[in-house]
Amino acid sequence: MILNKLQTIEKTINSELSSKIKDSTIKYDELLIETYEKDLIDVVQFLKLNEKCKFRQLIDIAGVDYPEDEKRFELVYLFLSHEHNTRIKLLIKFQLSQTINSITKIFPSANWMEREVFDMYGIKFKNHPDLRRILTDYGFKGHPLRKDFPLTGFNEVRYSEKDKKVIYEPVKLEQNYRNFDFESPWEGTNYMKEIKKTDKDGKKN
Amino acid sequence: MVKKTKSLSLNFGPQHPAAHGVLRLILELDGEVVEKADPHIGLLHRGTEKLIEQKTYTQALPYFDRLDYVAPMNQEHAFALAAEKLLNIEVPIRGKYIRVIFCEIGRILSHILNVTTQALDVGALTPSLWGFEERETLMTFYERASGSRLHANYFRTGGVHKDIPLKLVEDIEKFCRSFPKIIDDLEGLLTDNRIFKQRNVEIGIVSKQEALDHSFSGVMLRGSGVPWDLRRSQPYEIYENLDFKIPVGKNGDCYDRYLCRIEEMRESIKIILQCIEKLPKGPVKSIDNKISPPKKDDIKESMEALIHHFKLFTEGYRVPKGDVYTSVEAPKGEFGVYLISDGSNKPYRCKIRAPGFSHLQAMDYLIRGHMLADVPAVLGSLDIVFGEVDR
Repeated sequence: MILNKLQTIEKTINSELSSKIKDSTIKYDELLIETYEKDLIDVVQFLKLNEKCKFRQLIDIAGVDYPEDEKRFELVYLFLSHEHNTRIKLLIKFQLSQTINSITKIFPSANWMEREVFDMYGIKFKNHPDLRRILTDYGFKGHPLRKDFPLTGFNEVRYSEKDKKVIYEPVKLEQNYRNFDFESPWEGTNYMKEIKKTDKDGKKN
Repeated sequence: MVKKTKSLSLNFGPQHPAAHGVLRLILELDGEVVEKADPHIGLLHRGTEKLIEQKTYTQALPYFDRLDYVAPMNQEHAFALAAEKLLNIEVPIRGKYIRVIFCEIGRILSHILNVTTQALDVGALTPSLWGFEERETLMTFYERASGSRLHANYFRTGGVHKDIPLKLVEDIEKFCRSFPKIIDDLEGLLTDNRIFKQRNVEIGIVSKQEALDHSFSGVMLRGSGVPWDLRRSQPYEIYENLDFKIPVGKNGDCYDRYLCRIEEMRESIKIILQCIEKLPKGPVKSIDNKISPPKKDDIKESMEALIHHFKLFTEGYRVPKGDVYTSVEAPKGEFGVYLISDGSNKPYRCKIRAPGFSHLQAMDYLIRGHMLADVPAVLGSLDIVFGEVDR
């Protein structure tokens, strides 16, 4: 049932917007449409207004970071249609230097969602009414959800009895955060493998 | 001569009892009329999404209790469903029933808190005293099932952690028989109360179209007359076999949202009673030992069970590559998890869709032109919990 619905929507989108759609797949009963970042506004507008789509509610915008890829960032827009009781995911891929068109004119609720993406990934949006940080602290530097941002962060806060105020200091850790890698628990974690390897090399030398 | 007036900026919160946590609201006032509201959020930001990326799927689950901490299990549910969808595993039927029972308990927990604190914000003290007593009872049910009153960590990928004892089922049933009386009492205090009505009727009106545009869900959407409930429209678990009504408001004001919540509590009671009546026997979590740990007895006897146990609690299970979005009807609205797996034992990305985030976003639109005294009333009816807004 759901699959049929999604297939019809997929067909409609592909035939009406053929040049703007890069790819479309249905997996786990979910429809994923990939488009080009320059066509984003047109596609979103189409999804909202077309009779067969009517995705009139924006559920969320999720940023994803793939540091190894040339097009490092992904944005996934999740839409819901009450009329047809279906969901759709719209995907765009782009580079760090690119700015993305804001969809706040079409969906007012995109305002905070785009602010969150800007805050977490440093992705800039064109024509956004108020692009400020939203979740992080006042004066925060860096973009925490990027994969190269350390889990422990850079600064920590504490109340200073001397200065009688909250002060910021660089993070000092007694022990670094250890990321256990259980590729094969029998051989131990990665750092154990490295120790073993250097031991072996040491013997050879 | 025309006198020039300057608008006054007022800082509401982050330490204010009616701010429901740590909301900082910068209000611009013209006399007593609010001209603009700029909510500053993030004072409770803990980086949940970043932390989840560093943890295995089992370890990631407790973070969901800490999002909307007044209805913890509903959040866990969304994540468990997402992992199950990727793994393509089926939850045993008893597990599904237990999940639904506790999700509805969570709904009652959340609605009691909201209704009574909303009343508190507009000046009624008694409802919160009566309501919190019932919340305490419900939280002991949480405790008896999971060992913890608030941060339950009870749901697992593939079911729930442990089966519930018969005595607990009986006690929940007893509670369900007595609770409608308490709702009547609360309604007796509030529904026709002149002051409560003056403070809530025609305050913070949301039209149908605006509710859609602002990504509203849950009671915020239904209060405006949109009959949309994920339990009915996109049923998960066993909701399609249950008989319950979806209360829908008419005017979309704070008072209608209050009425919706009261009715939803009654419906939740019905759902729980139906589940208890039908509660089947059998396992409560997936019997696939690659996903759910074996029984303690088996570990002592079987080598294979011991290995499974060891692997599950060191490496965890691996989830096939892919991305899914699953959502549940949490008490506050649509709570969703967009989960991307890269095939390893940790989520590559876990985006949490919190209903409160979009609701609070509309604060500016809701409060414009209202009086300063309406701010707590509107805020109360939005049902904001900062755990989930700030994540």
